[in-house]
Amino acid sequence: MMMLGPIGFGAPMLLLALAALPVLWWLLRALPPVPRRIRFPGTVLLAGLEDPDPIARRTPWWLLLLRLMAVAAVILAFAQPVWRPAPPLAEGDALLIVMDGGATAAPGWDSARSRAIRAAETALGDGRPVAVLLADGEFDAAALTFGADASVPALLRAALPRPWPGSYPDDPAAMLADTPEGSLRTLWLSDGLDHEHRPAWLEALNTRGPVQVIPPAAPPVSLRMAESGARPLLELATIGDAAPEIRALGPDPQGIPRELARLTPEAPSTREGVTTRPVPVDLPPELLGRVTRFQVDGVDSAAAIVLGDDRLRRPVVALIGDGRATSEGQALLSPAHFLRNALATSARLIEAGLDDALAARPDVIVLMDQVGLDATGPLADWLDRGGLLIRFAGPRMAASSDLPNEPLLPVRLRPGGRDMGGALSWGEPRPIAPFPADGPFAGLIVPEDVTIRAQLMAEPAPDLTERSIAALADGTPLVTRAPYGKGQVVLFHSTANADWSSLPISGLFVEMLSRLVASAGRSVAEADSTDPRDGIWTATELLDGFGRLSPARDPAPVEGAVLADGAAPGLAAGVYASGERIAAVNAGGPIAAADWPGAVVETARPQGQPLIGWLLLAAATALILDLFGSVILRRGSLAVALIAGLLFVPALPGSPQAQEIDLELVRAASEFAMGYVVTGDETLDDLSRAGLIGLSQILTERTTVEPTEPVAIDLERADLSLMSFLYWPIGPDQPIPSAEAYLQLNRYLRGGGMILFDTRDADIAGTGPDGSGDLRRLAGPLDMPPLQLVPQDHVLTRSFYLLKDMPGRFAGGEVWVEAANVAAGTVNDGVSPVVMGGNAWAEAWAVDDRGLPVHAIVGIGGEGERQREMAYRFGVNLIMYVLTGNYKSDQIHVPDLLERLRQEDLP
Amino acid sequence: MTAAPASEIAVLRARAEAASAALPPLVLARGRVAPVVAPGGHGLRRPGTGEDFWQYRPAHEGDTAATIDWRRSARGDSQFVRDRERQTARTAAIWVGRGAGMGYRGQSEKGESKFERARMIGLSLALSMIRAGERVALLGEQAGAGAAQAEKIGFAMGSMGLLSGDGDHPDPGAARPGQVAVLIDDFLQHDARLDAFIQRMADLGTTGVMLQVLHPDEEGFPFAGALRFETAGGLRHETRDAEGLRRAYLARLDARREMLAGLASRSGLVFGTHDLGQPLSEALIWLHGVLAAR
Repeated sequence: MMMLGPIGFGAPMLLLALAALPVLWWLLRALPPVPRRIRFPGTVLLAGLEDPDPIARRTPWWLLLLRLMAVAAVILAFAQPVWRPAPPLAEGDALLIVMDGGATAAPGWDSARSRAIRAAETALGDGRPVAVLLADGEFDAAALTFGADASVPALLRAALPRPWPGSYPDDPAAMLADTPEGSLRTLWLSDGLDHEHRPAWLEALNTRGPVQVIPPAAPPVSLRMAESGARPLLELATIGDAAPEIRALGPDPQGIPRELARLTPEAPSTREGVTTRPVPVDLPPELLGRVTRFQVDGVDSAAAIVLGDDRLRRPVVALIGDGRATSEGQALLSPAHFLRNALATSARLIEAGLDDALAARPDVIVLMDQVGLDATGPLADWLDRGGLLIRFAGPRMAASSDLPNEPLLPVRLRPGGRDMGGALSWGEPRPIAPFPADGPFAGLIVPEDVTIRAQLMAEPAPDLTERSIAALADGTPLVTRAPYGKGQVVLFHSTANADWSSLPISGLFVEMLSRLVASAGRSVAEADSTDPRDGIWTATELLDGFGRLSPARDPAPVEGAVLADGAAPGLAAGVYASGERIAAVNAGGPIAAADWPGAVVETARPQGQPLIGWLLLAAATALILDLFGSVILRRGSLAVALIAGLLFVPALPGSPQAQEIDLELVRAASEFAMGYVVTGDETLDDLSRAGLIGLSQILTERTTVEPTEPVAIDLERADLSLMSFLYWPIGPDQPIPSAEAYLQLNRYLRGGGMILFDTRDADIAGTGPDGSGDLRRLAGPLDMPPLQLVPQDHVLTRSFYLLKDMPGRFAGGEVWVEAANVAAGTVNDGVSPVVMGGNAWAEAWAVDDRGLPVHAIVGIGGEGERQREMAYRFGVNLIMYVLTGNYKSDQIHVPDLLERLRQEDLP
Repeated sequence: MTAAPASEIAVLRARAEAASAALPPLVLARGRVAPVVAPGGHGLRRPGTGEDFWQYRPAHEGDTAATIDWRRSARGDSQFVRDRERQTARTAAIWVGRGAGMGYRGQSEKGESKFERARMIGLSLALSMIRAGERVALLGEQAGAGAAQAEKIGFAMGSMGLLSGDGDHPDPGAARPGQVAVLIDDFLQHDARLDAFIQRMADLGTTGVMLQVLHPDEEGFPFAGALRFETAGGLRHETRDAEGLRRAYLARLDARREMLAGLASRSGLVFGTHDLGQPLSEALIWLHGVLAAR
């Protein structure tokens, strides 16, 4: 490679071609442009004339320059120029590629790997043997094998960072036993961090030949959880100044994984090249409980992820019930029911017997009205290790004769209790005094209507006031608390149900319990999860080196002791479970910066920016400009504009994405409007419109339904969900709507819409509505219920007018509705989604602009107009049926209807 | 000579009529007396040079004392001039060059060609003279007067076509005594037969007009760059700098004109030019002036 300033040339010999440029210049000037041929009668006068200045008008200099520049750019481009190329490497007889393969190497993995592959291929091309040492902690061979075939690049291509911290083999000398003779060049693709045995390797390799260290493309990042508990503290360790935010990811209340919060690192502290930033996780408990992982924003590395486990989970609360409430009524009055609802949002609940609950290692145990506990035993041990025991008083406790000697209580209780506000007591139910400002309930507002009717009384004692964290207005304790070993015991002197007080049915109860649960120490669970004696853990989900979580395949059981040491070679970071417990193993840990005595560290500058692309682009641009220039010279500016227009055809604006809102539909949605299906037959569509206008006028005159103008519905485009009634005349030529239109129609029918099918032939063919070809063709794909003829007592016959038949322009045609006896599967509460017939109703309803009927109805005397009136009445009934559903079928109207029917039958 | 469609002839005729209508009827000026009186000579029913009495008219300022008819004037207070009826034996012969170069319409191939303009000038002039009672013909044809002759000339003009060669020349044998020849061409091509024709005219003692019709491109030479000029007749000239040739071309054009003008004046003809960029009427007015003044 030849260097020219900051530019290196891969094929410098090609630059000699630049010397040909002056020749080209001369040639371009010497070779004139092809003359244009024109017809000119005055040629005869030109005969024999010499050009006054034979070289004055040649290719213009700027065009010449443009062409020369294009050629020069092409020559330069093929000389393979590189901006600030990587410095040449000292070559050795063999090449060893050392590559960090731990989780911290993941951010710069791709560039490091491609660099390694390039180096390996170059060395192999020169016939030098190459070996690869992946410092991922898994070494099965005793010594490195130097190969000269393509297996080395293949190995590199397949290599992936591992989800655990990397490390080097412990014995460099043994691993390098098979090194070929001669010097060994080492290309060390580091992740910038110190790993186990690295100094020893560096020393060993330095003695064998030059060592070139490639720092990572992206600085390593490690995230670990420094403190767990209610307010966990994360620690972000990086090399460099970057302070990315931390994303807290987890399911939202709907269960959809999303980002729950972003955490900002605090002030950094730098020590030995490693910048450490504390990241306090200050999230509400319910949010924290949902966090499944913390992830450094923008860094794909297993080391940049802290998975959530029991340490982040919501506290586990065990409800120890009495098991007496079995029937439904009692279950809703039992204390467990109240507690369950109060704690459901802030804790994970276990309801079991005491022994089973203790095995699940809960954070809090709630005992409801239980006496006779063991002063020593598993519960006491659990308390001693930091558990929180919440006890509730109750009738059984009050009745206990041995109450003063009851263990595991914060205060000594007096047997019997106290009953205020009962039928035979003097006192009133007592309200709760405001909470002391330094207690756990500080700041909670006591509602005025919360009163306590009964409570267990504490024996007066010097520390009673100190232990009581909530009291009644008269000063008697309501909630007392006392430490027990590392744990605490809390006693509610009242019941957890509404028998003794109205506290459990107030929101205050929920808040008090969540405060208490939040104050529970997690030390119990934490100590347990890493208990070496405790159980076998199985991976459920594992991270890969880039921090992608995937379900574990064929997980091998792991002992708890191994788990406690964190991710290690063979133990991938991920989520491990043992029974109910979940523990996360994270790859991030404390990091240390690596130093490289004796090695050549490549500067962080990106190696070599190839310029060939830019130069070729410049050449192409110059040639395009040359084309323009030539055209300007020959044809004038119009052609240039034309070519420019062709070259830079503006992107045609695409069809607007936003759906146009049909104003008609808007009106149909905000005010009631009937719709008719556009059949494509203009006459038919006009008829439908006129018919619906006529019906609208009648409705407006006679009822409170005041429809606006009918809406033409194009089934392919209109949004049917806004419509409630569709008139669909069946024409012979109507094309079958698309599948999407039918899907929409089916949704429309299921969603409470109605379609009035009108074959307009009065069933003259006598085939019945399902036999009519066009109807079958058009309505076939619809999701239609079984149909029946309109029975005499159908709501349609009495939803406004009392009707016997339903004529349109024709009378006597059959009308079909949804079969009433289809018990199961009826939609819309039994309101028929379709009405089918052939009476040509729209023709009977249709009016022209002056409000006069369009079509005559055949009849003797006034019979025709009478039939039209009946058709209108059917229309009114139909719209009433559409709008009120089966309201009119309510039996409450039957007496009135009978009365009317009787009156009408009389004459 | 290809036969043009009748409609085209009619259009040409109509346009020529319109052009000539704007001008007064052209009476050829008195020239040298023709040695032979052409048969068919007749009074032109207007004052002029002739033998027969035509009218008395009141004398005005320009009339010399010699022209006043004293016998008639003595009968009254005012002076009268005795006019004679004009009689002529002169004929006008119109020739329009049909060389291929006359078909030049400019580089855009649109617009009027030189030939069309020349034809229009010739026909308009002929009509104008026929209206004045002159005997007119295309060169080499039988001269005549009246509407029938106008029809005949119009038809002949309209059905004229271009030749394939670059230049054209009048037939020297067609020169007749007592003839006023109107030659309309671009006269770019040097042709000895043209010289011969003019020489013959001079020999016969007749006069005439040479009107050179040129396109603005030929007048201005608005070309630049590398060009290859060609003519239909196969002449070629290639240049790499047309702009640089302009000066030389214009000099050549001037020389050519000078040569033509000299030739014309030596032979008693009048040489004029007409630019296609100018209106048709300009040429007609000039021709009127030249022909009527002589």
